[in-house]
Amino acid sequence: MPAYKFRVNDGSVTVDSWDPDQPLLYVLRNSLGLHAAKFGCGLGQCGACTVLLDGKAVRSCQTPVKQAAGRSVTTLEGLGTPEKPHPIQAAFIAEQAAQCGYCTNGMIMSAKALLDRTPHPTADQIKADLAGNLCRCGTHTRILNAVARAAKV
Amino acid sequence: MHNVTSISRRGILKAGGALIIGFTFSSVLPKQALAQNAPPPQFDVDSFLAIHEDGTVTILTSHVDVGTGISTALRQAAAEELGIPFERFTLIEGDTATTPDHGGTGGSSGIPRGAADIRRAAATARQALLDLASKQLDRLASQLTIVAGQVRPTAGGPGISVAALIGGKRFSMKVDPNAALRDPSTYTVVGKPILRSDVPLKCTGRNAYLQDFTLPGMLHGRVVRPSAIGARLLTVDESSISNIPDVRVVRIENFLGVVAKDEWAAVRAARELKATWSDSQTLPGSGGLESYLRTASVDRDQMVVNKGDATAAYSGAAKRISATYYWPFQSHASLGPSCAVADVNDSGTTIWSASQNPFGLRTNLAKVFGIPAEKVRVIYLDASGSYGTNGTDDVSADALILSQAVRQPVRVQWMRHDEHGWDPKGPAQLLDMRGGIDASGNIVAWDAEMWVPGGPPGDRALVGPDLAGMMQGHGQNAGAMTQNADPPYAVANIRVLSHNLKETPLRLSNLRAPGKIANVFAAEGFTDEMAVAAKMDAVAFRRRGLTDPRALAVIDRVTQMIGWQPRPSPNPAAAQGNLLTGRGFAYIRYKQAENYVAMAMEVAVERATGKVTVRRVACAHDCGLIVNPDGLRNQVEGCIVQTLSRSFHEEVTFDHATVTSVDWGRYPILTFPEVPAIEVALIDRPDQSPVGAGEAAGAPVAAALANAIFDATGVRLRSVPFTRARVKTALA
Repeated sequence: MPAYKFRVNDGSVTVDSWDPDQPLLYVLRNSLGLHAAKFGCGLGQCGACTVLLDGKAVRSCQTPVKQAAGRSVTTLEGLGTPEKPHPIQAAFIAEQAAQCGYCTNGMIMSAKALLDRTPHPTADQIKADLAGNLCRCGTHTRILNAVARAAKV
Repeated sequence: MHNVTSISRRGILKAGGALIIGFTFSSVLPKQALAQNAPPPQFDVDSFLAIHEDGTVTILTSHVDVGTGISTALRQAAAEELGIPFERFTLIEGDTATTPDHGGTGGSSGIPRGAADIRRAAATARQALLDLASKQLDRLASQLTIVAGQVRPTAGGPGISVAALIGGKRFSMKVDPNAALRDPSTYTVVGKPILRSDVPLKCTGRNAYLQDFTLPGMLHGRVVRPSAIGARLLTVDESSISNIPDVRVVRIENFLGVVAKDEWAAVRAARELKATWSDSQTLPGSGGLESYLRTASVDRDQMVVNKGDATAAYSGAAKRISATYYWPFQSHASLGPSCAVADVNDSGTTIWSASQNPFGLRTNLAKVFGIPAEKVRVIYLDASGSYGTNGTDDVSADALILSQAVRQPVRVQWMRHDEHGWDPKGPAQLLDMRGGIDASGNIVAWDAEMWVPGGPPGDRALVGPDLAGMMQGHGQNAGAMTQNADPPYAVANIRVLSHNLKETPLRLSNLRAPGKIANVFAAEGFTDEMAVAAKMDAVAFRRRGLTDPRALAVIDRVTQMIGWQPRPSPNPAAAQGNLLTGRGFAYIRYKQAENYVAMAMEVAVERATGKVTVRRVACAHDCGLIVNPDGLRNQVEGCIVQTLSRSFHEEVTFDHATVTSVDWGRYPILTFPEVPAIEVALIDRPDQSPVGAGEAAGAPVAAALANAIFDATGVRLRSVPFTRARVKTALA
């Protein structure tokens, strides 16, 4: 079985995959036990599976594991912990920007990529950037407030 | 790896000393005669609350959180009654082997039912603790109170901790329905915006979701649904997936599934497995469903409201108006497709599920699968929000079928097309409205007639067992569909008649605020039409028919928030550049008995494109006593956004064979750029029992929106969704 070596959250991993086109999402969740990225659609339409690949937000359900080889993957687990949250995570917690939380991974990872690129986005920039991330509970205004709060820190 | 399987009744309640409050103990000990060395009771599933010897408390409940925050609110309610700090409470939800069955989660019942039961259990425990301390402190129980986990004299002086009172001893008691409850004016925990303890876990990828749950030896399953509803499975070509490792095909009549060690192998196998199905064309198609509903066979006419003589009053009214409103089939459209893990082995069957009603699911699965109910255990875990009965119960049956077939634990997650295609749907609704006003603009007649798809009552058929040819009922319960089609205003002559149809094209279930959103869309849209006919301001027109101070309070609050200027609609100064602007209003009393909600919106409509932008939403909400204002606000905001989504975008489409809106492209929901500024005013009524708040604020949304679009454009929209194309056509 082919093996793929890449970095995940500042550690180096080697994973086997019988299919080089296996989406990174399944590798993260099942081979590496990193469950933050969620399966939402498998079509790149909802954003629940978002991770950072070399700092850029990608849909892990649309990213074959072979594309991750030699690169660096960051997942929500890698940003911070409940005890020591990343400032964006802390902002989401302060704004209580979750209900079921199934989309939260994608929201925070997309926000991370946005704020790394554009540290002080306008409200419209945040909305436009998150347009591809769906939330069904309707937590949108809190998510927008959380990203704006993180941008001010 | 989660340790959910290790949670057992023994683990929770049998270790060490505890004070346990249940409601069906066989040997009930009166609180005056608490036996210090009573033999441990035979635990059945009946305990609401256990105070442990270390001063911590476990709450056990059949109500489940599903992302609403009630797991926090329930702990607040118990902490308030007990005087033990909130942080010392843990909650176990929805485990049929561990928690008492005091109802499923639905119809916004978590607070009014769930919290009320837990509060009474806590009050019983509080009285027992006071009685225990009374002996130790040599004071009357009535002179004692519990603060910060310590029983102390109210007048001051040394106390004793709850932990010390319990020591290594065991006490068990029955809930005392008359236990004294704390006076809401003294509350220090209820009413506080305590942060939800699940949110930090969810924001750091560490919440234990059902979708993340694994068991040793667990396999991954996927289902392959028929190409058409009612199609029969003709052939399966297993060689089509011979290149995928370690896959087993499970075929039982028309049920087709795959099971694999590797999840991606299961996904690919389900996608690539070649199967042929018989042709089946049983559906009317979603185009023209309005006329289908009007002409479909009626099972039963139900007179929902009949007051005065609406027909005669309508005939004699100075001004008569009529209109038809339509609401399409909609999906729960959960962001994460439904998931379940089933473990069928010699000792029994365990299902990990996100069902909003774990006990109901257990009963139904036991019946359908012919397993004794005591051999089936359903354990709730958090999952993607469900907003009613989504595909969760169905996927639980799928996992059970597959685990039975392979005798190993099987996890099934539906794919996106399974969820959108096969979740039971919120029904389409058609309403004919007739109303009469007198010469002074008073409503004198209200006559509403509705058509609602239906079928026999009872349990909903589960998809997998249906395909596998298992015997089961085919109930089509979609919840209380007929409420709120009557006006919340004083009207002498009202008739609401529901034509409950014999059949439904698509399987039905309760979808958030069942029936009420469409009924209020019609009722409050139509009230606006009458206000327009009377040439009156929309708020003033409604206010005349209201005397309840709580109703007037929410209306006055929302008109202040939005800066409402009294005038008739449409807006005489609507034009702003290439936009038409307006404002709309709607008011409801949820189920005519619960929440008071008033809502106002400002919109801008681009005539050339049909694009509607909601600029502001203001909502004033009164649900009685508020347990957690931030949790409540989150629910109210969510109701508003989700119903804007349902109003602007959502319609399940189907051809004659099957559902065609099977992804987010064909069943779009609201996105961030469309989300308006939302202002919510919560009116706290500590002297009023709390009602639930998971649904009510959604009910007036579509009406307020349609009323605002009318105010801006002079065009009345009576069918959702208000897509850009439809609005453009309507304005042309």
